[in-house]
Amino acid sequence: MGWLSTHGGDVWTLLLQHVWLAAVPLVIGLLVALPLGWAARRWRAAYPILVTTSGLLYTVPSLALFILMPLILGTRILDPINVVAAMTVYTVALLVRSVADGLGAVPEDVRAAATAMGYRGFRRLLAVDLPLAVPVLTAGLRVAAVSNVSIVSVASLIGVAQLGNLLTDGYNRAINGELITGIVACLLLALAFDWIIRGIGRALTPWTRA
Amino acid sequence: MIRFDDVTKEYPGGTVAVNGLSLTIPTGQITALVGPSGCGKTTSLRMINRMIEPTRGLISIDGKGVADLDAATLRRGIGYVIQHAGLFPHRTVLDNVATVPRLLGWDRAKSRAAAQDWMERVGLSADLADRYPSQLSGGQQQRVGVARALAADPPILLMDEPFSAVDPVVRQQLQSELLRLQAELHKTIVFVTHDIDEALLLGNQVAVLRVGGILAQVARPADLLAAPADDFVADFLGHDRGIRALSFVGMPRLPLHPELTLALGEVPPADAPDWMLVVEGGHPLGWVRTAGVQGAVDTSDLNRSGTVASLTASPREVLDAALSSPARRGVLVDDAGEFVGTVRASELATLLEAGQA
Ligand SMILES: Nc1ncnc2c1ncn2[C@@H]1O[C@H](COP(=O)(O)OP(=O)(O)O)[C@@H](O)[C@H]1O
Ligand SMILES: [Mg+2]
Repeated sequence: MGWLSTHGGDVWTLLLQHVWLAAVPLVIGLLVALPLGWAARRWRAAYPILVTTSGLLYTVPSLALFILMPLILGTRILDPINVVAAMTVYTVALLVRSVADGLGAVPEDVRAAATAMGYRGFRRLLAVDLPLAVPVLTAGLRVAAVSNVSIVSVASLIGVAQLGNLLTDGYNRAINGELITGIVACLLLALAFDWIIRGIGRALTPWTRA
Repeated sequence: MIRFDDVTKEYPGGTVAVNGLSLTIPTGQITALVGPSGCGKTTSLRMINRMIEPTRGLISIDGKGVADLDAATLRRGIGYVIQHAGLFPHRTVLDNVATVPRLLGWDRAKSRAAAQDWMERVGLSADLADRYPSQLSGGQQQRVGVARALAADPPILLMDEPFSAVDPVVRQQLQSELLRLQAELHKTIVFVTHDIDEALLLGNQVAVLRVGGILAQVARPADLLAAPADDFVADFLGHDRGIRALSFVGMPRLPLHPELTLALGEVPPADAPDWMLVVEGGHPLGWVRTAGVQGAVDTSDLNRSGTVASLTASPREVLDAALSSPARRGVLVDDAGEFVGTVRASELATLLEAGQA
């Protein structure tokens, strides 16, 4: 506690940075994964390709991806955009499957009924398929959020500041207070993300508790 | 009028689901499409609203080919009741029913008013409006399905085995309510079922399909029972065709016999017949064997085996009333359920034999 009381302001700044680096990719990743997941559902042949490719992307070590980003995007080495882009890749990798499976979980008779009522394709997707995919999507988002919070901390190694700095710095200089603060803050942040996503998911699915 | 003109559907992979189907579905009537599983009933139905496109042939509604119409617009004008209801699990009952009005661009208030109206007409109580489908019984879900199909008052209703997943008692209720609704609404209904009795009960005309999607016969129920086109149709119609046909013929004018009746608490007279009918407030309760009664008649003396037929019943129900009665005299009641007289099976059989039905 002693360490935290003198470094509260720094921790807060790093925390906000961490939130930003983990949350923005979550939103962008979801927006990118939606059409990809839909395509994986729509074209039978696309499913294995998209799901396998995105699964493989997730196995690329984060440090490697952080380092590769400036080469791919033409950004500066220290630019936080590199982290956002890399985290977006991970999010997409996790969510394509969630979107595809969530859309696939819509019962066939419900889908047929929607078509028979006279829904056109896109409106049906928005009004019927997506709302019904929310429970599966929420589960995917929770995994992606927690994974993002944890992977983002590696960005300290390429000089992008966030809570991971407390871990590397605390470890290198053997400051236990700093190290523990870093671990606890990451943990609490992951829990907070999880709690918020679950809350949104619940608000969107009153029928599942009826 | 819906017309199938030499319609064939071959699925990719080579399954011929419907083969050269030509069929006229008259306006304002129920046409039952019946046949064993896999004979192409669902495929035929879904070609009407273009959920499936035929490989060959023409389907038209009132002379207009459906292929020339915009599919979504066409579907909004055709009610569809799906097997297992297919309700939207994430929408309340009222919002489910209001689906098509909303799609047609009606405003929210008008859509909800129409939905409430149709809920009531299909026998759903208003306090179910805010429930989700998972909170309803199977029978209630099917009613919601029917209300949803009718909500925008389309002239055509397609029903795909709508009652096959509910228990027999509820099924019977739903069937008779469909007939009651149809008597008011006069929709053009195509009703798909694999249950020949349901087809005979509901259809003004019945089209029997055989596997391979070939039309075996189309006829009114009585004609189907009286003259099956071939062995397949005869087999499919099953047993008891003579008895079942009695549901569809007119009731001959039958002599009604008066009956000596008793009220509860009365003592049978000394010269009482073997069996006497117990009547309370005009309503028949059952028969008593007078020899077995000690003192006054009470409810424990009643034999309730006899069915009761109304004056407007079919010969089948009247015959059953006579045969199931321990006195072998069938009890007939009027619309108010009040006893009007008894009939004898032998007299009815004589009239039926003479072809006066
Ligand atoms: N989408 C499809 N692709 C290939 N074959 C199908 C498809 N849908 C139905 N079939 C086949 O077409 C035949 C008729 O099916 P269907 O119209 O569903 O019959 P029914 O409703 O009378 O049970 C069956 O042999 C079925 O397996
Ligand atoms: Mg079917």
